[in-house]
Amino acid sequence: MDVILIDGLTKVYKPNWPWQKPVKGLDGLSLSVSRGEIYGFLGPNGAGKTTTLKILMGLMRPTSGTAELLGQPAGDIHTRRRIGFLPEAPYFYDYLTAEEFLGFYGCLAGLDRSTLARRITELLDLMGLTEARTRQLRTFSKGMLQRIGLAQALIHDPELVILDEPMSGLDPIGRKQVRDLILNLREQGKTVFFSTHIIPDVEMICDRVGIVVKGRLLASGRVDELVSRHAGPVEIVCDGLLPERVAEIVPKAAKVLWRGSQCMIVLPNSDLVDGAVENIRRHGGRLISVTPQKGSLEELFVAQSEDRPLA
Amino acid sequence: MTSILVIALNSFRETLRDKILYNLLIFAVLLIGASVLLGELTIAEHKKVVTDMGLAAINLIGILIAVFVGIGLVSKEIERRTVYTIMARPISRTQFLLGKYAGLVLTLSVNVLIMMAVFSVTLLLSGALVHIALFQAVALIFVELLVVTAVALLFSTFSSATLSAILTLAIYVIGHLTADLRGIAAKTESVVLKWLTEGLYYVFPNLEMLNVKGQGAWGISIPLSYQVVASTYGILYAALLLMVACVVFQRRDF
Repeated sequence: MDVILIDGLTKVYKPNWPWQKPVKGLDGLSLSVSRGEIYGFLGPNGAGKTTTLKILMGLMRPTSGTAELLGQPAGDIHTRRRIGFLPEAPYFYDYLTAEEFLGFYGCLAGLDRSTLARRITELLDLMGLTEARTRQLRTFSKGMLQRIGLAQALIHDPELVILDEPMSGLDPIGRKQVRDLILNLREQGKTVFFSTHIIPDVEMICDRVGIVVKGRLLASGRVDELVSRHAGPVEIVCDGLLPERVAEIVPKAAKVLWRGSQCMIVLPNSDLVDGAVENIRRHGGRLISVTPQKGSLEELFVAQSEDRPLA
Repeated sequence: MTSILVIALNSFRETLRDKILYNLLIFAVLLIGASVLLGELTIAEHKKVVTDMGLAAINLIGILIAVFVGIGLVSKEIERRTVYTIMARPISRTQFLLGKYAGLVLTLSVNVLIMMAVFSVTLLLSGALVHIALFQAVALIFVELLVVTAVALLFSTFSSATLSAILTLAIYVIGHLTADLRGIAAKTESVVLKWLTEGLYYVFPNLEMLNVKGQGAWGISIPLSYQVVASTYGILYAALLLMVACVVFQRRDF
């Protein structure tokens, strides 16, 4: 069952003045997220990630297209009881203590007193904030704020957790903590949908990933599938070639490196391998190895972001 | 209803933990205290000076809180994106807005009560009577605060804090001059001007109707019927503004 179902979502920002051009934030974006998976919504800054998340949370209305969460239209008040949300770089009521803060959101989520008290203790413990229980949020570090933010998103034990850039601005330890938390949520059978522009985070924890650029979903699928679809460069190692003639023998080489008499030639893609190998042999070169480089999500991401066609 | 209460209490807690509010209260106490000194300096009617200044201080501080806390009620939540996490909860935008309004009204009530208590003690100490007319005047000041808070909240839903402050203060000033608008309408021979001034008279709140500080200071009670009509007018006007604010807020994107 699809927990999130987005179909042809388009958002056009109306300009403030008639002589300004309208700006397209989303352009026919469609995607779906299944129950129990971690979905990484990857895209460069300004790609439309936050816009999508805002529409999902009912903070913004789409110009056209539809979005459903847990089988209900996005923004439905009652469904929000089953969804947890952490916005990007949130500012919280810093005059509240950690305990009051979680109490406030728990009350809004309709938790009863005893459940709320239990959940506050559990979550403060999970986030390593038990010591800071009675401290005002204004004394918190950035990492602590992000963790208490996550705690407010989870206070009512939601089925679906939507996080906007949950790792941004955190140090490596903070990022690892957030990653572990997300994995922990999946173990509990929850669905996690998060946006990010940090690729390693996606590679490490996501079941599936969607790459959004300029408001359109350019690629979506399992990380390994996407990467294998995007062929990377190929390295050829050989010897017996004259250095001054290499450029002539393999004119399409992206890079040539020498180590002693051995020469490493990097070809931009695998289509060029046959011709290159043939040329090398014809000019008396001896082939040592041909190694295709595994494409990385980063290369795919950069290729998509630059609107280059996929190999 | 619970959600409105939760938002209201949080809003109230915010103003309580905000130092500005304490400063304003201290300022009010000082102002009321200073009125005693000023009263001593006048040759006659020193009790009138004390009551005049006391009522003016309650009014001024109340308006300052209503305007400067009111304009940030919603715009600050949007600027700081706290509204995102609230709107992700099972709570409607109308509930949120009413909660914010109720929170500030609670703050104002507490402030007015404290100021009134200080004022009464000051009057008693300076040998003046605490006349019922003073309570009538303060009750209508409170109704005026309800209207001004609603104006500030309405602007807060769609414009920045600075612009909201300017617009709210402008409406407050115009609200006290609407009688003059009607005067112009009665005297002018131009039909357009007549329509315009009459129209503005009905659109803007008639805040002068809620101003009985003069009678209060002289110890002249106003008729109960006037009190009821003026209060009903103010409350209905505030309710209307809240409804408009809800419609505006319902339509906006964050």
